[in-house]
Amino acid sequence: MTDPLLPVDAYLVESLPEIWFGAVLFALGMYVVLDGFDFGIGMLYATRTDERERETFLAAFGPVWDANEVWVVAFGTMLLAAFPRVYSRLLADNYLLALGFVLALVFRGLGPELREQRDDERWKRYTDYAFIGGSVFAPLLLGMLAGRWLFGGATLPVALTGVGLVAVSIVTGAAFLAAKTEPGLASELRAYGIGATLAYLGGVVVLLGTVVLTDAGGAADAVLSLPVAAVVALSVAVGLGGSVLARRGQYRAWLASALSLPTLLTILVAILLYPTIYPPTGLLVREAVVSPLALNLVTVLGFPVLLLVLWYFKFLYGVFSGPIEGEGYGG
Amino acid sequence: MGPITLLGAIDPGLVTFLSPEIASRMQFGWTISVHIIFASLSIGLAPFIIYFTWKDVRTNEQRYARLRSFWVKVFAAGFVMGTVTGIPMSFQFGTNFPQFAEVAGELIGGPLAFEAKMAFFLEAVFLGVLLYGRDRVEDRTYVISSVLVGFGAWLSGFWILIVNAWMQTPRGYEMVTRNGMEVAKLTDPFAAFLTPRMPWMYVHMMNASVISVALLVAGVSAYIVWKKPDTEAWNTALKLAVVLLIISAPFQAVHGDAYGRHVEDTQPQKFAAMEAHYETGEADLHLLAFPKSPEALTDPRAENLVTVSLPAVGSFLASGGDFDAEVIGLNEYEENPPVALVFWSFRFMVGLGFLFIGLALWGGYLMYRGRLSDSTRYLKAMIAASPFGYAALLTGWYVTEIGRQPWVIQGELKTSEAVSSTLTGAEATLTLVGFVVLYVGLMLTALYILKWLVREELRSLGVRESSGGRWHGPIPWVSSDD
Repeated sequence: MTDPLLPVDAYLVESLPEIWFGAVLFALGMYVVLDGFDFGIGMLYATRTDERERETFLAAFGPVWDANEVWVVAFGTMLLAAFPRVYSRLLADNYLLALGFVLALVFRGLGPELREQRDDERWKRYTDYAFIGGSVFAPLLLGMLAGRWLFGGATLPVALTGVGLVAVSIVTGAAFLAAKTEPGLASELRAYGIGATLAYLGGVVVLLGTVVLTDAGGAADAVLSLPVAAVVALSVAVGLGGSVLARRGQYRAWLASALSLPTLLTILVAILLYPTIYPPTGLLVREAVVSPLALNLVTVLGFPVLLLVLWYFKFLYGVFSGPIEGEGYGG
Repeated sequence: MGPITLLGAIDPGLVTFLSPEIASRMQFGWTISVHIIFASLSIGLAPFIIYFTWKDVRTNEQRYARLRSFWVKVFAAGFVMGTVTGIPMSFQFGTNFPQFAEVAGELIGGPLAFEAKMAFFLEAVFLGVLLYGRDRVEDRTYVISSVLVGFGAWLSGFWILIVNAWMQTPRGYEMVTRNGMEVAKLTDPFAAFLTPRMPWMYVHMMNASVISVALLVAGVSAYIVWKKPDTEAWNTALKLAVVLLIISAPFQAVHGDAYGRHVEDTQPQKFAAMEAHYETGEADLHLLAFPKSPEALTDPRAENLVTVSLPAVGSFLASGGDFDAEVIGLNEYEENPPVALVFWSFRFMVGLGFLFIGLALWGGYLMYRGRLSDSTRYLKAMIAASPFGYAALLTGWYVTEIGRQPWVIQGELKTSEAVSSTLTGAEATLTLVGFVVLYVGLMLTALYILKWLVREELRSLGVRESSGGRWHGPIPWVSSDD
């Protein structure tokens, strides 16, 4: 039986494999941006000792983190659906990193959930360790996984990618919290945010410099290109501009610029990968993609749903917009 | 230098690891066992949550507000556990079984991506509203949120079971060579998504989730009613759960019987393992089977068992009416699943299924006489039975999954061929240990959360902890030890 609704032997549009390459990285970008600020909140949480401030932090991300986290599953399954070879090699070649990342997510997710279940100091301390530890290790290991994806086994660039994701998560976490809390707390948070911004920008420059000098993963040529230079310049401008806005107390504007940093980082990943999709094997996007019928199907069924999902997120963030009212994590 | 080399440096001879295949199978089996408990908790609780939310908003009666608030907390805890156990699973296809992911990617990737996008997001987004948005959205939006969360849970099961059903009865593909590897290419989406197994599996699994949660709700309600008989809210919940059980438990038996015939048609090897039927020919049906010796536990051939059997009824059931029908035996195959596990799991599941029907009928009779809450014996029975739904659900899952071995995709790809070639025994064993330790902790925590919620509920109902004595029951979370 052939399906009359969908072309079987040709992609719906000629560039559909490239569109899917973009779609998969879009899901990754959504994850890095949205769960990124959740991780940042988790790390900044470690700097608070006051119980009320900690609860404010938990209330800030309580209603949304679950939904944010789903983007990583969307990313993984979309990668599997469109590029099964990349999905299987990436995860099989980086077995411990991948499982380490998901285990860190387990701890990050359970910590706050369990914390409110029991009124006991020691219980709270342990669940806080789980929350903070998970929030540090999840972006670190995810960044390292991305580093391995881009640069193969080169140690320093891989480590720097991990640290870079940690730093950018602190930036977005601080900006998100600053926009939702009272001025006193916000001005304390912006100091962390500005410091992390400078660390992040410095880290990106060192990372790319290392890649050029050592030609890690054969990516030197890709780094020395105009698009990469443009993205880096834009990141520096946005990062520094955001820091100025933060100093002036314009936290909503700072948040907008802070969220564009991980977005630009994902674009950087896309530029460094394309036209290959798994540099360690030299596999190209067109070689790794599934057959036309399968890709057409996930496009026709999946893309409208993706738009619907974005609408849900708009609704969700709309419901919980504005300053935190201190309703606590437990609701 | 990781922990593995460190261990090896101490004394290589002291450290032995499982093979990557065995460790990966155990890891996947273990993680899915834990995950499925929480996933089915969401599915089964969904109707309760929707009903309580709707009644609460509509009637403004205090009992529904109480029930809604309690069970939404359980749902939320279960959802978090389901998420944190589900995310590792979505990556394990790649980490442990990359050959499977690559061979089947084109067929299973789509449904898995649809699950994330259509179902998982829906559940996660609107659960946020359900948990935190009572004062931030209108009543109607609030009720709709509960419906969307429940719908998400049921839709999630739909897409996941499309994948699993395809692995049991694969259709709609052809094998082609891509990047030097034989992979499945999608040729017919309708055939691939709506495989013969799909409707059977979906109905059986959703109903199993409803039964499991009905038993759980009944158990918790019975416990609270037993401690405080005049609570209107929990008498309502108990009644509701028993009514749901009266519908779902007998239905599962009728449906399961027909499902068995379908398995015999499509996976005769699995059917033979379920019945420990080795020689092709007429099959008896073993209603009850006891091992004569410990060996028969691991090799349950009919001769090694004391059985209460209906002669030729196995043939009758397998064929749907013919007592002389030939049933294919395990000796026809070169490689068989671990027969004992499948045989005993199947008996365990069916046995529990009949127990549930008994409990449902008993409850129905008591309800008819208007004595449901007064029968201490029934309340205690329901408290004791509260975890058994999950025991039946898990053993049923073992029949399905272990029963299809050695195949990961029936007739197409063996599990041994699906395992990662780069994975070492050390990596697989260490992560297996990690998952076991972590998930045991997780399940204990889930039980404690339920216990704390029940205790808090009793406190808010005015039951003093010392009153009513201690419960020396078989389940840890109801024993009040402190």
